[in-house]
Amino acid sequence: MFSLISSFQMQFMLLFSRQGKLRLQKWYVPLSDKEKKKITRELVQTVLARKPKMCSFLEWRDLKIVYKRYASLYFCCAIEDQDNELITLEIIHRYVELLDKYFGSVCELDIIFNFEKAYFILDEFLLGGEAQETSKKNVLKAIEQADLLQESVSTAPFCDIFTNI
Amino acid sequence: MHHTAMSPSVPLQEMIRAIRSARTQCEERGVIQRECAAIRAQFRQSDNGGRSHNLAKLLYVHMLGYPAHFGQMECVRMIASPRYSEKRVGYLGAMMLLDEKQDASLLITNSIKNDLSHSNQYVQSLALCTLACMGSAEMCRDLAPEIDRLLRASNSYIKKKAALCAVHIVRKVHDLGELFTPAARSLLAEKNHGVLHGAVVLITELCERNQETLERFRKTVPDLVQIMKGLVISGYSPEHDVAGISDPFLQVRILRLLRILGRNNEGASDAMNDLLAQVATNTDSTKTVGNAVLYETVLTVLHIKSESGLRVLAVNILGRFLLNNDRNIRYIAMISLQKIVGTDHNAVQRHRGTIVDCLKDQDASVKRRALDLSLALVSASNVRSMMKELLLFLSSCPPELRAQAASGIFNAAERYAPSQRWHIDTILHVLTTAGGDVRDETVPNLIQLITNASELHCYTVHKLYRALLTDISQQSLVQVACWCIGEYGDLLLRGECQETEPVQVTEDDVLDALETVLQSHMSSPATRGFALTATMKLRTPLSLTANTDRIQSIVSIYGSCIDVELQQRAVEYNALFRKYDHMRAAVLERMPVIEKNSPGHTNGESTGEPIKDIQTLKVKQGEPLLPQQPANQVLTLTQMHVV
Repeated sequence: MFSLISSFQMQFMLLFSRQGKLRLQKWYVPLSDKEKKKITRELVQTVLARKPKMCSFLEWRDLKIVYKRYASLYFCCAIEDQDNELITLEIIHRYVELLDKYFGSVCELDIIFNFEKAYFILDEFLLGGEAQETSKKNVLKAIEQADLLQESVSTAPFCDIFTNI
Repeated sequence: MHHTAMSPSVPLQEMIRAIRSARTQCEERGVIQRECAAIRAQFRQSDNGGRSHNLAKLLYVHMLGYPAHFGQMECVRMIASPRYSEKRVGYLGAMMLLDEKQDASLLITNSIKNDLSHSNQYVQSLALCTLACMGSAEMCRDLAPEIDRLLRASNSYIKKKAALCAVHIVRKVHDLGELFTPAARSLLAEKNHGVLHGAVVLITELCERNQETLERFRKTVPDLVQIMKGLVISGYSPEHDVAGISDPFLQVRILRLLRILGRNNEGASDAMNDLLAQVATNTDSTKTVGNAVLYETVLTVLHIKSESGLRVLAVNILGRFLLNNDRNIRYIAMISLQKIVGTDHNAVQRHRGTIVDCLKDQDASVKRRALDLSLALVSASNVRSMMKELLLFLSSCPPELRAQAASGIFNAAERYAPSQRWHIDTILHVLTTAGGDVRDETVPNLIQLITNASELHCYTVHKLYRALLTDISQQSLVQVACWCIGEYGDLLLRGECQETEPVQVTEDDVLDALETVLQSHMSSPATRGFALTATMKLRTPLSLTANTDRIQSIVSIYGSCIDVELQQRAVEYNALFRKYDHMRAAVLERMPVIEKNSPGHTNGESTGEPIKDIQTLKVKQGEPLLPQQPANQVLTLTQMHVV
């Protein structure tokens, strides 16, 4: 009988600028809009108050926060008690690499003006808060194919000529 | 630019530009209001080919924090559209605007069901992603059989997503774990890394929720070991390589599953022993990614029934982490060591020096961890050197850690003091450095300690008197000093003392000191109470009439003090002077030694080992023994002052 179920889930991921402007929010747990806003406000404030020399992990409420700044954007994940902070940093890094490959030297403006694509890429990398594909190449290939499908102007909106990965 | 990257949505980008060029919040609101009105109008119109652009605009507005619930139904409609572009944005919208708590989310269940069996895998993917992100318990129950089907018969692209969808379903509806168990088992034979990863995550989830399932999956330990071996010793695989580590994400998840399967089970733990040793030894620790794998390995080793050699290996990895340049790694090491300081105490002791060095780290979280760990590592054999470091830390530590540090030092001192004099010195040092951050019980506890160290009364009162002359701002220190002066005033005036340099203290000097305390604006009412009582007690040892008159006049001044407590004392003391002088000597006699019955106390005279009770307590809890205040018999202030 388990008295304590280990918790390994990523609860949410936030991307925000140095001025605290939200650029992406992905929630993997059900929360009301009001709660999401409150959490976002508090967390953004907490992370922005951190000094550059401090470590990338902090305890916040009953969660562990893993964050890293890439240029003007903060990438911030909330993981549960038993999860591995170091591999979460790798997850963040992998996502940044994917964005970089897709947009070509990605910067904050790319994420602002193409936010829906940032989401599409994230959703091809993580599913329900877990990594679904560990090969960078495969994630990018899938996005590419999905984009082509979207662009296609043939009369049949769903082309079956695209080979499944 | 990647040449097949999707062309930008012009209407969306134009709107974004317009919003960003607003110079004030008010102007922005204006732009947004106009845009939302236009979007609303567009939603009401029939299909005009621009639906996905409109919804995307609304989602952007929503991210800025503006209300967007009028778009919920549009999401539902878009999801049902035959056009992929519309489905894609529709599902995105659903994930952003709908959550399981809203009724509208139920409306998309049917669309999801249909799309799960769509002929195009990218459409299936949208449905799977959305279900795994926001599926309610009801939706999960409804669609679970469909997911199970996909787990068994589809291509890798879909299987890997179905596995994680199943994870979400099991988290929402625990009983459905039974449904997925058979399929999960066969997925372990897949070669595709994505599928394997999903399978391992699913199996982990299933085992955590159901003991029987866990026992069944124990049989897969050899298979998991094989897969791991393949990853660790295989040749370079460019597709999954991260800085020389082959698929670290998969490695970490397998290690985690092994942890769960090996917990409390010798057989399973034995079967994975060699592999863990191999991973621990061969993984490149020069990059973060290698350390991520090593960290997971350490966690697994420490949680299963591993051989002692393997445990030592694991703790040594943590010890190396402590020396890593990367602050993150040091922090992780500290957290892990904290968790095992109870169970693997000796192994952690070997790294005590490094841990103590981390007290000087720049990062407050690292400092805090180092403090907890250092306190847990204090023992009879290292108490003197450890205390030096801890007192040094106390003098420069961040304010938010002072109370914890002071309290921890007191407890360690109580438990392992090599001598009474050392104990008293240590407490005085803390009071001088951080007197404002100690708990209220410190004063009576210290007084109790002092009364019990009868050979040191002279030493103590001299030391406290000198402290009082230097600084009267630390209330706890001043209170104890006053009490001692009142109690041992005769020893103070005598001048000679075995343990310290002889110093001439006149009766005037002593009264001056007490009066300074009484009159200072820094003294709290409680402190003044101590000073007044001490003044009164000095009546007995003081011989010069000039001084006894002085005492009487001090006391009578406070007879009209605003503070009721002080006033009462003063009036009663005055009565002792006038009507009850014959009783005065007996009433102001030296206090008897205060009884001590604190558990775990050792005084230098004993063997220096912590008593057995505490040791057993450590092992039972399996956690670092956080310093607790001992249950001393404490006399309250009112009990101690003479009425």
